[in-house]
Parts: sequence; C-alpha cells; structure tokens
Amino acid sequence: MMPKPLPPGRFLRLGSLLALPALLGGCNLVVLRPAGDVAQQQGDLVVISTILMLIIIVPVMALTAFFAWRYRAANTQARYEPEWSHSTGLELVIWAAPLLIIICLGAITWAGTHLLDPFRPLARTAPGQPVAAGTQPLEVQVVALDWKWLFILPEQGIATVNELAAPVDRPIRFRISSSSVMNSFYIPALAGQIYAMPGMESRLHAVINRPGEFTGFSANYSGAGFSQMRFAFRGLDQAGFDRWVAEARSGNGGTLDRAAYLELERPSEAAPVRRFAAVEPGLFDAVVGMCVEAGTMCLHQMAAIDARGGLGLAGLANLRPVAAADPPSGGAGAGRQPGGARRAVAALCAIPEAPAAVAAAGPAAGATPARSRPASLAPLAGAGLPIPGRSHPAEFTALPPRPADQPES
Amino acid sequence: MAVSHLAEADPIFGRLSFAALPLHEPILIVTFLAVAAGGAAGLYLLTKFRLWGYLWKEWFTSVDHKRIGIMYMILGIVMLVRGFADAIMMRIQQAIAFGGSEGYLPAHHYDQVFTAHGVIMIFFVAMPLVTGLMNYVMPLQIGARDVSFPFLNNFSFWMTLGGAVLVMMSLFVGEFARTGWLAYPPLSGLEASPDVGVDYYIWALQVAGVGTTLSGINLICTIIKMRAPGMTMMKMPVFTWTALCTNVLIVATFPVLTAVLVLLSLDRYVGTHFFTSELGGNPMMYVNLIWIWGHPEVYILILPIFGVFSEVTSTFCGKRLFGYTSMVYATVCITILSYIVWLHHFFTMGSGASVNSFFGITTMVISIPTGAKLFNWLFTMYRGRIRFELPMMWTIAFMLTFVVGGMTGVLLAVPPADFVLHNSLFLIAHFHNVIIGGVVFGLFAAMGYWFPKAFGFRLDPYWGKVSFWCWLVGYWLAFTPLYVLGLMGVTRRMRVFDDPSLQIWFVIACLGAFVIAGGIAAFLMQIYVSIRDRERLRDTTGDPWGGRTLEWSTSSPPPDYNFAFTPVIHDLDAWYDMKRRGFQRPAEGFRPIHMPRSTGAGVILAGLSTLFGFAMIWYIWWLAAASLAAVVLGAIIHTFNYHRDYYIPAETVVATERARAMQMAATAAAE
Repeated sequence: MMPKPLPPGRFLRLGSLLALPALLGGCNLVVLRPAGDVAQQQGDLVVISTILMLIIIVPVMALTAFFAWRYRAANTQARYEPEWSHSTGLELVIWAAPLLIIICLGAITWAGTHLLDPFRPLARTAPGQPVAAGTQPLEVQVVALDWKWLFILPEQGIATVNELAAPVDRPIRFRISSSSVMNSFYIPALAGQIYAMPGMESRLHAVINRPGEFTGFSANYSGAGFSQMRFAFRGLDQAGFDRWVAEARSGNGGTLDRAAYLELERPSEAAPVRRFAAVEPGLFDAVVGMCVEAGTMCLHQMAAIDARGGLGLAGLANLRPVAAADPPSGGAGAGRQPGGARRAVAALCAIPEAPAAVAAAGPAAGATPARSRPASLAPLAGAGLPIPGRSHPAEFTALPPRPADQPES
Repeated sequence: MAVSHLAEADPIFGRLSFAALPLHEPILIVTFLAVAAGGAAGLYLLTKFRLWGYLWKEWFTSVDHKRIGIMYMILGIVMLVRGFADAIMMRIQQAIAFGGSEGYLPAHHYDQVFTAHGVIMIFFVAMPLVTGLMNYVMPLQIGARDVSFPFLNNFSFWMTLGGAVLVMMSLFVGEFARTGWLAYPPLSGLEASPDVGVDYYIWALQVAGVGTTLSGINLICTIIKMRAPGMTMMKMPVFTWTALCTNVLIVATFPVLTAVLVLLSLDRYVGTHFFTSELGGNPMMYVNLIWIWGHPEVYILILPIFGVFSEVTSTFCGKRLFGYTSMVYATVCITILSYIVWLHHFFTMGSGASVNSFFGITTMVISIPTGAKLFNWLFTMYRGRIRFELPMMWTIAFMLTFVVGGMTGVLLAVPPADFVLHNSLFLIAHFHNVIIGGVVFGLFAAMGYWFPKAFGFRLDPYWGKVSFWCWLVGYWLAFTPLYVLGLMGVTRRMRVFDDPSLQIWFVIACLGAFVIAGGIAAFLMQIYVSIRDRERLRDTTGDPWGGRTLEWSTSSPPPDYNFAFTPVIHDLDAWYDMKRRGFQRPAEGFRPIHMPRSTGAGVILAGLSTLFGFAMIWYIWWLAAASLAAVVLGAIIHTFNYHRDYYIPAETVVATERARAMQMAATAAAE
C-alpha cells in the first residue's frame, strides 16, 4: 500500500530542476548559442518548438500529479464514479488540443525545413543582412577519410587535413563526400550536419558570424578512429584568412595529387594537421566518382552506360583488380583489410589523364560515354535489354544518344 | 566476384581457430570464468536435484502458451543483465576517458560493447519480454485455451533463444560487430568489417527474426479466431487490441528486416553489390530498408505497453477505462502511421526539404493519438479511487517521464532541429527516455501486475519499491546529463574526449547507471524474496487486484486448460461484469478437454537452425549444408507426427476445479 500522496522522489526531482540552471550556466550549450547564422536559426527552432510543446506538456504533468493526489484511495472525500467512462466534449478536447499544437508546429516545420535546407544557397548572412546578388560563396570540398577530414579550397588552390578556416560573414558552400564509409560532417557552432557518403556528394551552405576557434567532427560512427576524427574550424577576418591561405601556399606541404591522395586515404587515427600548398584540379570530382586510382571507371560513367542498357555480359570482362592498399602496421587499419581480391570496373578510356584525347574521340567512341557526354538523369529504362517475345527493334542495337540526355543542370 | 575469401577458409573448421578465442582480453577472460563457473554450478544443481527430465518434459517441450510466455520472460531478464553490463561499461569508459586518458576499453572492444548493448536490449530484452507478456496474458484475456498454433509458439521461442545464444557466443568465440546496432554499410560490408562480428549480427537476427515473425502470425490468428463467444472486436480488452496491432506490425515489418539482412549477406558472402559504394551499389538503400523495419519496431515495443498501462490504470483506479473507443482508434492510428515516418531517422542524408518536411510532419502527427492515450489514462484516474500498488506507481512514473520523451521526440522530428541534434547524446537521451520511461517501466508494471496470476503469489512490495525508486531516480540521473551534453554538441558512440568541461556530466550519468544497477539488483532480490516468502504472499482468489478482464476469473496459476468452460462475454470488462452479476463457479457438467501435446521438435529444429547460423558465421560449409538439410528434413519428419493432441479426462478437470473451490472456500472462511 502506498497511500502517500506525494512520494519524496518528486521533491527530489523538483530540487534538481531548480539546481539545473545553475549548473547549465557553467557549460557551453553550443547548439543553442552557436556562432553561425544557420546554426542560430536551427537552435532557435529547438527553443520555439520546445516552448510550443510545453503548452500541453506542463498541464498534463500537473494534472497527472494533481489527479494522483486528489483521487488517492485514502481520500474518501473525492467523488468516485466507477462507471463514468465517456464524455464526447472531453474527447473532442483531448484530440483537438494536440492537433492544434501540431498544426502550428507543422507549419513551422514546413517553412523552417525549406528555409534551412542545407542544399539551398544562403539568402542572408545574418538577420537583416541579405546576401548581395553575385556574391561568390567560399567553396570548400570536404572528404571524410578514415579517420580524418580533408578540406580542399579550389578557389585558393590549397588543401588541409583536420583544419579549416573561413572568413567571417562570407557564405560558404560545402561540397561533401567520403572515401570509404558513411560519416556526418558537423560543426555545431556553424550549422547543422549532413552525411558524408562515398560515391555521393552532399551540400551544405553556411556562414560563420563570429571569429573564433570551433570544433568540427564526424557525427556518424565510422570505425575504430571515429572518436578522434575531429578538426579545428576557425572563423577569421579577411586578413587573417588570407594569411592562413598564404601560409598553406608557402608551406612545404607539397601538392595533393592523386598519388598523394591515395597515400592520405589510408586509415590513420588522430591524424595531425596537414596543409598542402597546391591541389590537383578535379580531384574532388574523382573522389566522388570513386575513380582517383588511375584506370578506374567513374561512377557517373557507369551510370551513363547503365542508362543505355549496360554492357551486358561483356561488362564482366571489364574488371580490373584494385591495388590492395596495405593498411599501416598496428591496430589502426585492422578494420580496413580487403577481405578478398577487390575488383573495380576499368575505365574504357583514360579520361581523367587525357581529357584532350577524349574530346578528339567524340561521338565516335560509340557506347563509351565520355565526360563530354554527361550522365543521363532519366530513370533506368532497360533500353538495350531484349524484350521477351519481340525481336530487337533497330533502335536498341545501335545505342544512339537519346533525346533524354540533357546536360546536367 | 569477390568470393575468394570464402574459399580460403579451412575445409573442416572454416575460419574457426584458437586465435578466435579472446585470450588477450582480460575482461573477457574474467567474464568467461565467471560465466563458466556459474554455468557449471547451475548444471551441477540441475543434475543433483534431477531436474533435467522435469525441465525437458514440463518446460522445454511444452506448447502451453503460459509456460512459453514465462520462458520468454526469463530469457528477457537474463539478457537484460547482459545488456546492462554493456551499458555500465560504456558509462564508466565515457566517465574516465578524459584529458588524454584512453579509458580502459580499446576501440576494438568498446565498439563491440555499444553495438551489442543496442542489439541485445532491443532484440533479446525488450522483444522477448513483450512477446512473453503477450503470449502469457492475451489468450487468457480472450478466454482461449492456447494459441492458434501451439507447436509454432514453442518453435518461435527456441528460435529467439537461438539468436540470443549466437550473440552470447560472440562474446567468447570470435567477436561481435563493431558497427552500431543497425550495421550500416559500407561499414558493415566485407571490406570495412571482414571479421566474424557482422556475421554474428546477421545470423543472430535472422534466426531470432524467424521466431518473431512466426510468433506474430500465431498471435494474430489467435486474436482473430479464438476469442470467447460474445467478445466482439470492440469488446476486446485494450491489451489484446494493442497485442493485435503490434503483431500486425511484426508480420508486416520483420520480413523487411529479413530481406535487408539477406541482401547484406549476399554482399558479404557472394560478392554482390547491393550496398557497396562501388559497382553501382548504394548504402542509402540499406538505411531506408532497415528503418522501414526499425521505426515500426519501436511501436512494436511500446504498443503492448500502452495496453498494459490501460489495464493497470483501470484496475487500480477501480473504474472503467475512459474513452475505450478512442483508445482503440488511437492504437490503430499509431499502427498505420508508424509505417510512414521512417525517414525521420536520417533527415541528414540529404533527401531534400519537401521529403524531410513530409516525414517530419507525419512523425508529429503520431503524437496526436499518443497524446489522446495519455489523456485517456489521465481521465481514467479522474474520479477514480486510486490504489498505489506498485503497478500503479510505475504507471504514474511512466506518465510523468514519458511525456518528456515524447516532447523531445517531436522536437527531433523538426528537420532543422534534427540537423543540430541528430546522432547527438540528446537523441540517446530521447530514446532511452521513451524506452526506459515507457517500455521498461511498463514491463515492470506488467510483471508486478500479472506475476500473481502466473505463480499464485504476489511479488514482495518492499523490494519492488526499492527497485522502483532506484529505476526512477537512476533514469533521470543517468539521462538528464545526456540531454545537456547533446545541447553542448556532443555526439554518440565516442570513446575518448578532449574537452574536460564535459566530464562532470558523464560522471553524473555514470552514477545514474549505478543507481539503475541497484534497481536491477533490487528487482532480482524481489523475485528471490517473493519465492522465499511465497506462503506469506500467496493469493488463492485468482483475483488479487480486483481485476476487470477475463484472466482474473480463473485460478492463479491457471490450470493447463485455462478455463474449464469457455466463458461467454457480455461486457468490455468481462470479469467485472461477471462479478457484478453474481457469477457462480460451475461445479458440475465438466467434460474432457482437448489439448495440444508437448513436442521436442521445436527445440531440435531451432537448435539445428542455430548450428546453421554458427556454421555460416565461421564459413564451415559442410556443417552449414548438413544442418540446413537437417532442418528441412526435421521439419518434414515433424509433419508426420500425428500424436499432437490429447484429452484431459473429465475426472481430472473435476478434481482440479473441486480443489480450487475448496481452497477458495477455506480462504473465505479464514477471512
């Protein structure tokens, strides 16, 4: 039997609630007080949504406590109606009240999600400061490696590992990919996260409004070195940023070319900061296409071939073994040993190395889609596959370029 | 095709060798010694007291839904201890790995621990406990003598246990997955995880998944076809309604899990490229498929618990449940809506604003029927006469805790908010808030509520209250800091930390975990004390709480046949209605009762299936082929078993019912 109306635990909880703000004052709630406009709007949404829901949560909790106390068995004064179990009016209220809250929250969600879509270029850098037409955002290409971050700044022609800087109040456009497994690119002070996935490119638009040093990391577990997959993100004024770029350029970091990338890509934990003075053009696209290694076909080329019906059985002959990257000694790379002889699709022609040759080959390359002919975005139609019970129409044999092949916008 | 790794395995032992034993891990060696000593002692005692025959005949081969339900519960409680051991290891690691300290768990071990914790708690704690509860209670609530397919029920249990055995085996033979509990590729692919860990994961879930799916089919059929006369759908107890919806969810979603794991297996075993990044595969497909199962899964766990709270509230408030009809509709709404929200688990995968908004809003919409349920319990308390027995205390604690978890859940459904909180400790706090504050509290309420029905004596309230307060205080102590840490931008699954200002919060969380450990210990103590003092806690009435549904109309524990006569239902609260109209127990006219017969086929088939899983994990091809053939052959042979039923003679029924009547008369006279 437990006739006590208010168990002592509730007072305890009340006490801890009161102590909470004091404790919280001492810590850095970066999600609610970030340094970037995008993150600030997202943090504000956290607060607004919470307040909106408290409108219904607080009365429910209060009523629960009150009813539990009021209608305890020991209180014989309270009305007891064992058969009372229905009230249309009350039913309406208990369905309508949450519904109203959700309608408000749904509206906020719809607007907020579209406004703060990470793929959408920024319209403002701070409240009341719209981005001027023609402003070129700072482009940062991000590659999640095992277990470190590579940043390529094509405009500046430099690359860094586990360190990034950006000028304050200039929009940044991140293009994000990964080399092997899924990670999530997240700088809490700057903006919400977005997944970094191999063979795919995700985007994030953000701006840093306050100078300072912030932390970025992977927010999606990716293996043994995940905990130390962290980097410093610096918000600098324009002069400081230019100095940072100049330091990287004049440093002895060397050039990040394909060979250096393949070396860098090998698994390592708690990797130190590195800066490359120069970067091979097109490297990021090759990373996204998973064709950094010479002679490997890029994903978009494969997709383009498949869109035309694929190579059929002949495609099986077009595999080549991948040079097995020996993991570095020690436990670090233990999780990345190839389980067998890996194979990749061989490039049908050495496009990345010799773009000029491809251009010369032109449409004469037949079924070989070259870079000059971008991937078809039309859904896979199965063109080129034999249709049961029908002889092959002529159009499927020659594989002409189809009208659906519009250049990628 | 990259299958050369399969051929490299030894023809006799596959990949299995002495190197697979974790002899270099002192923690595991100590654990193994403890488990081995405990296991040996258990086996010795079983042999000494000659219990093997009893266990085999009365329990392992039993097709009685009550026995099977109890075995599910025991499995869930045992695995809870294992899963919690993982939890406390993580909390200690995160509380000490600061300022250059590596803690005490290397990545190789820590990453297995958090993966195993998630897998065990969902698949081998929550699922068996919820399934066991439905198995035990639901047939009694609808006035049935067993489930539709009693043998299948036994087989389902042993398949679930087989999966648990595989997970436990990975502790000492080889290793478990280091991928997180949903094993996203490419991390779970062959290239990034070539070891046996992910294979253990796949086969444990596949073996257990067969059991869960079959059990789902079984319970749906039971509810649809075996209700007592007069019990229309809208006169079913709420727990039975929630059990029906949960099993519909199981049957609709577990095949998706099976399929996605088959695809992952094909990638790992025969070199297909469904989820690899190269050669046209796409890991996003896996993430979608696994969450199409994964989100309904959380409703599979919580719906029956909502049913439990409905029964408990109504009973202990001494009052009809407020808004039964809207409760049923709310349950059905949640069932349907739970299929169209899965994408909220990965707003950050870049689906685009319209898709994200759609799934965010559908997620919020679920909170409407859930909110309605909460109000229904609230208004059941209104003008009730509330007895604060333990199940009711758990219910109040649930209502106060769960609303906070619900609120943070809706918050995470706002995509822009999710972008800053996804995968953070805020998320961890949220889902423990609903799983502990909802599912676990509800399971304790249910165990306290139905324990006297299952065993004929109550659980000791003193230790129950110790356990209750430890869980409640421990939960808030352990997870409030995680909410704060999430707002500080701390992500999940971290092994070491740089920022020293975070440490205090992890230390508090760790303390909370120890308080919860006290709660688990007190619960085990409660069971021990209750068995020891069973005469003091004895209930001879069969209806210790003043229950309202049919299970309280029979004796505690119920006879093998549950009900001597199938009751006829006139009211939603059937037993309350019978009591009110002066129900008299029938004293004569008993007839022989047709019952299903025990069979060892379930144990054997599930054992062979587990062996098949083991052989596949270790690439022991001959054993895999042999055990698979044996499973098929065994199943065929079992179809020729025509001795599947028997009759309980009328004399036995008469004797049982007379003994019960005399016992009740003696109790009444004593009062």
